[in-house]
Amino acid sequence: MSWLDKILPSRIRAEKENKGSVPEGLWHKCLNCDTVIYRAEFEKNLNVCPKCNNHGRISARTRADIILDAEDRIEIFDNIMPVDMLNFKDKEKYKDKLLSTQKKTGEKDAMLVFKGNINKIPAIVCIFEYSFFGGSMGSVVGEKFSLAVKKCIEEKKPLVCFSASGGARMQESLFSLFQMAKTSAALNDLSQKGLPYISVLTDPTMGGVSASLAMLGDINIGEPNALIGFAGPRVIEQTVGEKLPDGFQRSEFLQDHGAIDFILDRNNQKAKLAEIISSLMSNYSSERISK
Amino acid sequence: MKEFNPNYLDFEQPLLEIEGRIKQIKNDPEKTAKADAKITKLDKEHSELTRKIFGNLTDWQISQLARHPLRPYTLDYIPNLFSSFTELHGDRMFGDDAALICGIAKIDEHNFMFIGHQKGRDAKEKVKRNFGMPKPEGYRKALRVMKLAEKFGLPVVTFIDTPGAYPGIDAESRNQSQAIAENLYIMSNLKVPVISIIIGEGGSGGALAIGISDKLGMLENSIYSVISPEGCASILWKDSKKAEQAADALCITAPKLVKFNLVDLIIPEPLGGAHRDYSAMTSSLKMNLISMLEDLKDTDIDEILYKRKEKISSYGKFERS
Ligand SMILES: [Zn+2]
Repeated sequence: MSWLDKILPSRIRAEKENKGSVPEGLWHKCLNCDTVIYRAEFEKNLNVCPKCNNHGRISARTRADIILDAEDRIEIFDNIMPVDMLNFKDKEKYKDKLLSTQKKTGEKDAMLVFKGNINKIPAIVCIFEYSFFGGSMGSVVGEKFSLAVKKCIEEKKPLVCFSASGGARMQESLFSLFQMAKTSAALNDLSQKGLPYISVLTDPTMGGVSASLAMLGDINIGEPNALIGFAGPRVIEQTVGEKLPDGFQRSEFLQDHGAIDFILDRNNQKAKLAEIISSLMSNYSSERISK
Repeated sequence: MKEFNPNYLDFEQPLLEIEGRIKQIKNDPEKTAKADAKITKLDKEHSELTRKIFGNLTDWQISQLARHPLRPYTLDYIPNLFSSFTELHGDRMFGDDAALICGIAKIDEHNFMFIGHQKGRDAKEKVKRNFGMPKPEGYRKALRVMKLAEKFGLPVVTFIDTPGAYPGIDAESRNQSQAIAENLYIMSNLKVPVISIIIGEGGSGGALAIGISDKLGMLENSIYSVISPEGCASILWKDSKKAEQAADALCITAPKLVKFNLVDLIIPEPLGGAHRDYSAMTSSLKMNLISMLEDLKDTDIDEILYKRKEKISSYGKFERS
């Protein structure tokens, strides 16, 4: 038993043996550096490890609390519900899995949209919920994102999206693939109106989401050490038959390769987003755009 | 003992057997008077059996046909389909991707810009074409050609036939995601008519990246899917051998996708599949392509763009509570 194990409560020791899972309860152990801290302290630090700055995954609602002012914030388009139009069934029925996931997560699908303010700067904010089918994009995500864009155009507001997604939702087959077209087309509309779109890519942003709305930001921002890419690391490893380089497909790798504008700690996101948006919107006028 | 022929799928093997018998009779130096009659009888048997097998294909069998080793690829069509073609290489930034063929093309009086995946037939060609899996430079070459089309007011025609965009270290390093996303973004508002045809395998984002169009056609035995049946089976069933079930669940065949309004039309293949008769397949493709080009030729571009946007924004099924 290592010195760390000796001082750990037995419950966390058990969790450590049960590799990969986050210990529940009073303590949190960092998935990256194994540092153990009080859960309350970890959460106060927005699920970021104070020792190694590893950014833990957070729910969409927690994200909304971090980014948006508490005042004048409302969730919009929360009436859009998923349907199993193909009667898709693998080991279980998609219909049943939707219901059980809705019950488990308390969410209807994998994206929430809010209308509100970021440090008093008005914005429409889309946030992926990773715990809902791995944040996968199906018809509901595509529709809500497109409606968010329409809302931005109507109200002349900027769009911010926090992505966290494994890609397209297989259970919705080609309908989900075509959401890549739908969201990209919507962003083309937004761009023509001269309204900013800030894409924040968080861990993980892969596949069909990475290869559509997430990479199309006027400004692309990565959270530290987020996995971002088109193909998953395991698929690449199998295809090329070699071990992947250290840090491959992480935010820092993407910045080095010119894919994202910069990396931003969760603690600084609210202030920085407000600052960028107010700069980009400072000379906005619909008259200038229509010319 | 029967010889295994990789150019025949398992359900095509009975046809191979009849073909073998016909060949045997034809090659017999001491042909009897009855030989011709025998051949006629076997020919009839062959076409009846073909009709029987191909009249009732499963989705998995269609998936296999879409990826048949003898299936015509883009370069098999070009010489007979186009009256002229000039290939354009390179993305002007990094390199030339041989998995995507681009160029200036003409059929009868119709001029257009062409983009198509190319898989490669023999081992050497497969490597050269990267099995039809483009890298970012391929998609950026395609984008360059689309912009040329827009500049000169020419329609764009694309042939889709890919297992998917290449999953590799180099492709990721050059931002495969961005290359695909940018094409979707530009194609959704490209100010010329766009026609896309799935000629074999429509593999996910790698297919869609040249596939946003005003008219989307599928050859009768082609497939279009968010993930390969094998990939889906290994993720959702945790067993890649369940590909047959996955193919069915994913609804990837032309008739199903037309029913869902995701695909506009089905282009018929000759009996026994495109690979049994390249020339008949080319004629069918040519006829359909010309009619699509003519349909779009006289339509106002604003109307085309409006309809394209409407179509794209209608994708998806959901409920309102
Ligand atoms: Zn840590």
